[in-house]
Amino acid sequence: MGTTNKALEKKINKKISKSVTSDFQIGDNFCIDIKELDSIFTALKEKSFDLIGPTVKEQTIAFDQIESVKDLPEGYTDEQSPGIYRVKKTDSKTLFNFTTGSNSLKKYLYPPHHTLWTASRNKGNFTVKENIPNLKPLAIIGLRACDLKAMFVQDRVLTQGEYKDSYYQLRRNSLFIVAVNCSRSVSTCFCTSMGSGPSVTNDFDLALTELITNTTHKFRLEVGSDKGLDVVKNLKFKAATNKELNDAKEVIKKTTNSITRQLDLHHLDVILKGSHDHKIWDEIGKECLNCGNCTMACPTCFCHTLEDTTDLTGSTAQRTRRWDSCFTIEFSYLHGGSVRTSSGARYRHWMTHKLATWIEQFDMSGCVGCGRCITWCPVGIDITEVAQTLRQTVLDEAHAVAWEEI
Amino acid sequence: MPSLKKPTLAVWKFASCDGCQLSLLDCEDELLAVADAVQIANFPEASRAVQKGPYDISLVEGSITTPHDAERIHKVRRSSRYLISIGSCSTAGGIQGLRNFANVKAFTNTVYAHPEYISTLKKSTPISDHVQVDYELRGCPVNKYQLLELLSALINNRKPVISAHSVCLECKMKGNPCIMVAHGTPCLGPVTHAGCDALCPSYNRGCFGCYGPKETAEPASLSRRMAEFHNVRKPELVHLYRSYNAVADEFKKESESHETD
Repeated sequence: MGTTNKALEKKINKKISKSVTSDFQIGDNFCIDIKELDSIFTALKEKSFDLIGPTVKEQTIAFDQIESVKDLPEGYTDEQSPGIYRVKKTDSKTLFNFTTGSNSLKKYLYPPHHTLWTASRNKGNFTVKENIPNLKPLAIIGLRACDLKAMFVQDRVLTQGEYKDSYYQLRRNSLFIVAVNCSRSVSTCFCTSMGSGPSVTNDFDLALTELITNTTHKFRLEVGSDKGLDVVKNLKFKAATNKELNDAKEVIKKTTNSITRQLDLHHLDVILKGSHDHKIWDEIGKECLNCGNCTMACPTCFCHTLEDTTDLTGSTAQRTRRWDSCFTIEFSYLHGGSVRTSSGARYRHWMTHKLATWIEQFDMSGCVGCGRCITWCPVGIDITEVAQTLRQTVLDEAHAVAWEEI
Repeated sequence: MPSLKKPTLAVWKFASCDGCQLSLLDCEDELLAVADAVQIANFPEASRAVQKGPYDISLVEGSITTPHDAERIHKVRRSSRYLISIGSCSTAGGIQGLRNFANVKAFTNTVYAHPEYISTLKKSTPISDHVQVDYELRGCPVNKYQLLELLSALINNRKPVISAHSVCLECKMKGNPCIMVAHGTPCLGPVTHAGCDALCPSYNRGCFGCYGPKETAEPASLSRRMAEFHNVRKPELVHLYRSYNAVADEFKKESESHETD
């Protein structure tokens, strides 16, 4: 009986592997062309998703609403270095030959402004109405591994602690993710140090790897979830060949090797936590504008403030949540004044939280190595360089003390 | 304001262009609500009907540039419960503060046929140099929504929702890519007080600092960067900081540091 069953199972499995149009499963790989990629977009729209994808905006590549593959940045590539971002149009037909853009997923899951409630006065009483956002499900196209990890970090912070953010959860539940494995890197990337890229490994619905040669333009498509399966199951895609799978692996390998920036995490949290009064912060303070750009650009920074307003008559009031930054004076305002008045103290606080105390709080680093804080800092302050300088100075100082003791 | 009576509002003009007062008249849709919430008691730009003080709220536009105005502002202070200076002239000395870097006598001699009739001070100074100011609303001109917010807060006895952080936060929250990083456009946004909702950068123009220095502004670092990476030369740096808030402390110090002999 058992043998018969096994034989039957084998037969069925054989049949499944031959069939390319049905009975797919998570982990399946296909190879598709641009038209087929567009058919995924159409299928998503038919399932009433709004498409959010990388598109050219004000000489940058940014996430915005898109309608089809035509809106993707064909031939565009980017160069990034501390404080500098440039895009370049090439003759190539590539759709994803760039890295992280000027914004991240954060603005969609955790919008900059959100009115929480409105209260109205009514004949000596008042009523409070919660503002539950009316959301359309979003399909994010072209999300990079680092940004996917950032979402995972925000999930941990905003949905898995004692205080859950139901609005974030609401937006997050309806999200569909078409991730992309990076086919290039820029000088500010350090995802390899943070274990977050350049290839996506989990938490996606579908994942693409762009395969382009002089004559062919294809994408390896990997199914990562039931939702992903549901979208592609009727699209009759061809299974990826071993060569195509290898080509995709090569793309990722090449990208991995191209990443040169590193953040040495070894005991970094201990070093940071022990360097509260280090002179390096005074040096950083002379450079840092405390403008807050790094925190706004960071895909994991989640700090916000609550603003209460009324109209002129005082008959209605509103509470709004908006992004805040630990680089403002108000952020650390306690009774009697601000706790962190110098730029250096604010940079120290931000960096220490991101790379050290975040781990205590959430069992993971707050940094995913996307490099946005380096690129979008108007004066190009580089967190990896600061970390390295701090490490070296602390080591040198420790050596000096050790020598003295000998 | 706890009083059951409508609070009285007065609007005063000193050395200025009237733009900030016009921001109040520019409230259009909300103007009736303003007139409902306060009693406009002394606002010559809006009405010839002027009631005698004292006033609950005085909005003061303009800087002090004449001996007469230096006297008059004390009278305004004495007749006002809350004195609020509005706009860069009144909060920082305004564009006319440029005189502070020059010889005013040389100007009057050049411009006027009879300079002896001109009675003016050597320097343009903000209201807070002369009297106690209860609140300063920045901008050139002030943003009408911030003005309404300030009035709403005062009338309802609450803290105004007005931030002193950089323009950058407004830019980023609006979704603007940074024009300095992405285009190489010099921009004072990182050292400038927010409130305009990043108006200029939203149109791909560098911020020229019309709201004045932000809290704990660090213009020296920004200048170094602009000089090194964005080809801004020393005389241009001087001009960049010397506009509507030329004599605001941080901007004044920064422009002076780039002056060549």
